[in-house]
Amino acid sequence: MTISRPARIVLRILFLLGLLFIYVPLGVVVVNSFNADQTFSWPPTEWTTEWWQKMVENQGVRDALVSSIIVGLIATAVAMVLGTLVALALGRYAFFGRDTVSLLIILPIALPGIVTGIALNNVFTSYMGGLTFLSILIGHATFCIVVVYNNAIARLRRVGTSFDEASMDLGATSWTTFRLVTFPQIRSSLVAGAVLAFGLSFDEIIVTTFTAPPNIQTLPIWIFNNLFRPNQAPIVNAVAAALVLISIVPVYLAQRLSGNAAHAGGRI
Amino acid sequence: MGAPRAPATIEPRGQHGMSASADAAHVADAEGAVGASETAVRLRGLRKTFGDVVAVDSVDLDIADGEFLTLLGPSGSGKTTVLRMIAGFELPTAGSIELGGRDVSQRPPFERDVNTVFQDYALFPHLTVLQNVEYGLRVKKVAKAERRQRATEALASVRLDGYGDRKPSQMSGGQRQRVALARALVNRPKVLLLDEPLGALDLKLREQMQVELKAIQREVGITFVFVTHDQEEALTMSDRIAVFNEGRIEQIGTPAEVYERPATEFVAGFVGTSNLLRGEASLKVLGLEGVFSVRPEKIHLGDPSQPLADGEHGADGTVAEVVYVGDATRFVVDLDAGGRLVALQQNVHRTSSDVAGLRGSRVRLVWRRDHEYRVHG
Ligand SMILES: Nc1ncnc2c1ncn2[C@@H]1O[C@H](COP(=O)(O)OP(=O)(O)OP(=O)(O)O)[C@@H](O)[C@H]1O
Ligand SMILES: [Mg+2]
Repeated sequence: MTISRPARIVLRILFLLGLLFIYVPLGVVVVNSFNADQTFSWPPTEWTTEWWQKMVENQGVRDALVSSIIVGLIATAVAMVLGTLVALALGRYAFFGRDTVSLLIILPIALPGIVTGIALNNVFTSYMGGLTFLSILIGHATFCIVVVYNNAIARLRRVGTSFDEASMDLGATSWTTFRLVTFPQIRSSLVAGAVLAFGLSFDEIIVTTFTAPPNIQTLPIWIFNNLFRPNQAPIVNAVAAALVLISIVPVYLAQRLSGNAAHAGGRI
Repeated sequence: MGAPRAPATIEPRGQHGMSASADAAHVADAEGAVGASETAVRLRGLRKTFGDVVAVDSVDLDIADGEFLTLLGPSGSGKTTVLRMIAGFELPTAGSIELGGRDVSQRPPFERDVNTVFQDYALFPHLTVLQNVEYGLRVKKVAKAERRQRATEALASVRLDGYGDRKPSQMSGGQRQRVALARALVNRPKVLLLDEPLGALDLKLREQMQVELKAIQREVGITFVFVTHDQEEALTMSDRIAVFNEGRIEQIGTPAEVYERPATEFVAGFVGTSNLLRGEASLKVLGLEGVFSVRPEKIHLGDPSQPLADGEHGADGTVAEVVYVGDATRFVVDLDAGGRLVALQQNVHRTSSDVAGLRGSRVRLVWRRDHEYRVHG
């Protein structure tokens, strides 16, 4: 496709504006985390690492971080197992009602988090003796499964069934075939799915609000709760800045993994 | 298992004896010996439907031990489906499959002593060539040293020594085809299934591989079930050909039988050039009712005055078209009795400039009666 010169210039400007729109606020957050002024006067005149220090020392932040990581890891692990199994079942075996099941699996990500949250909240408070750590886990697993499943099924479809058939033809049982042929070819997509799932879980706030018991705070919940306390604002900002920097790593990894695998045939 | 001992590095089944008794690959050997029969594959009333589509219908077929049998037919005639049912990737809707006398109709692929060379080869992209070839031995728990050796030998037998460390993606089409062959043969299956294994190759390579494949089959003495839609390939390679049409076998016989005595109009048309006398023409020329086939090269082109000898049939007509094809010339002749026949004449004396003037001339087509065959609708 060829584009006329004026159109190209307009496109370029729009593109730059888009980038600015996304990255200026993030940049401001990071810069402000070193701004010595409590009220974030702009431009910053004095610099400090005080907020970062306070953040690291803050017990609430630490607890929330640990909760978030534990929830994220467990939810991701559960999602890895279930998501892969469901993808294998739906991707490899035709059975009655397959399309319906497939829809049911993907639905949670389309469903507003608030609906999932309220539903889980109702079930747990009414029938399961209240909210617990487990209810957060289940809440997070619902959308983590979808991410892992989507990644796995896309790869399974692209790889096709002929390698599985060749393997069984050569005498391998279904399990051996999975271990030696199917799994190595979908491995990188599973890793990418896991990274994304963890990322989603880590910054989830809506479902968590409805499923977390009062004594457990994940990091996003902690941020939300402290956002409007003026003396906490610099610490919240520092936490946000830290998250921006940390988030770059998994997103970059996930991109590379799913991108590479597309032409390297599943090699990590 | 009377296959002659050949210098090939891939050896016929059974010749490895029972020396390595704990080895699973040889357990399969022992089983094969018990069920040793003349028939390697027996299909009875085989049928497969996909929804409303009848892919394969009432196929009966006996394939002898060590035979090279080709399934020949147009696209969509059910060849691949038959092969996939023998391999175990599809379960038959009805009918039975016996391998070496054992009913395997409902058994999964990994419990069947057959191996497949796929049309797209299906080499595992994440494994090296050598790992691909030794895969079958690996999953049968053959000791590492032995399977390394056998895989290396198998690669050598398809002239790919030294390529073991490459990835399949680094091989050419013809080389991949040979890796696929080695990967299947290294297991010494009783039956090897090949689904258009030469389809992806260019003409030269294809002809070369036809010769090699046939030679390998003769050396290892394994039963080959070979799928193709190329009639020439089928005629040159096979011991017998089963001609498929719309999921059924139209005719089964040696290449000569199928080619020279096609049983049905379909076979006459699909294998070679359709050259039929029917209705009015049959009555006038042969004095018989029905449809008859005469192969073009069996027809001699003579003067209209040429007398017919004993045991010969003749038909007069006008040359409608002359096609020079290098070593021969094809004459398309409109018969006075109706219909048209093609006669193929070797260009022993003719050159291309000679033949052009023959269009429109009157000729008499002459052939021996024993070269005409009645075919069925
Ligand atoms: N999995 C399937 N689902 C539905 N229909 C199928 C399936 N596999 C094959 N068929 C149909 O069965 C018929 C036979 O197909 P098959 O692949 O056996 O033909 P073929 O002789 O191998 O043709 P080709 O020479 O094109 O490979 C076709 O009409 C095909 O559309
Ligand atoms: Mg086919």
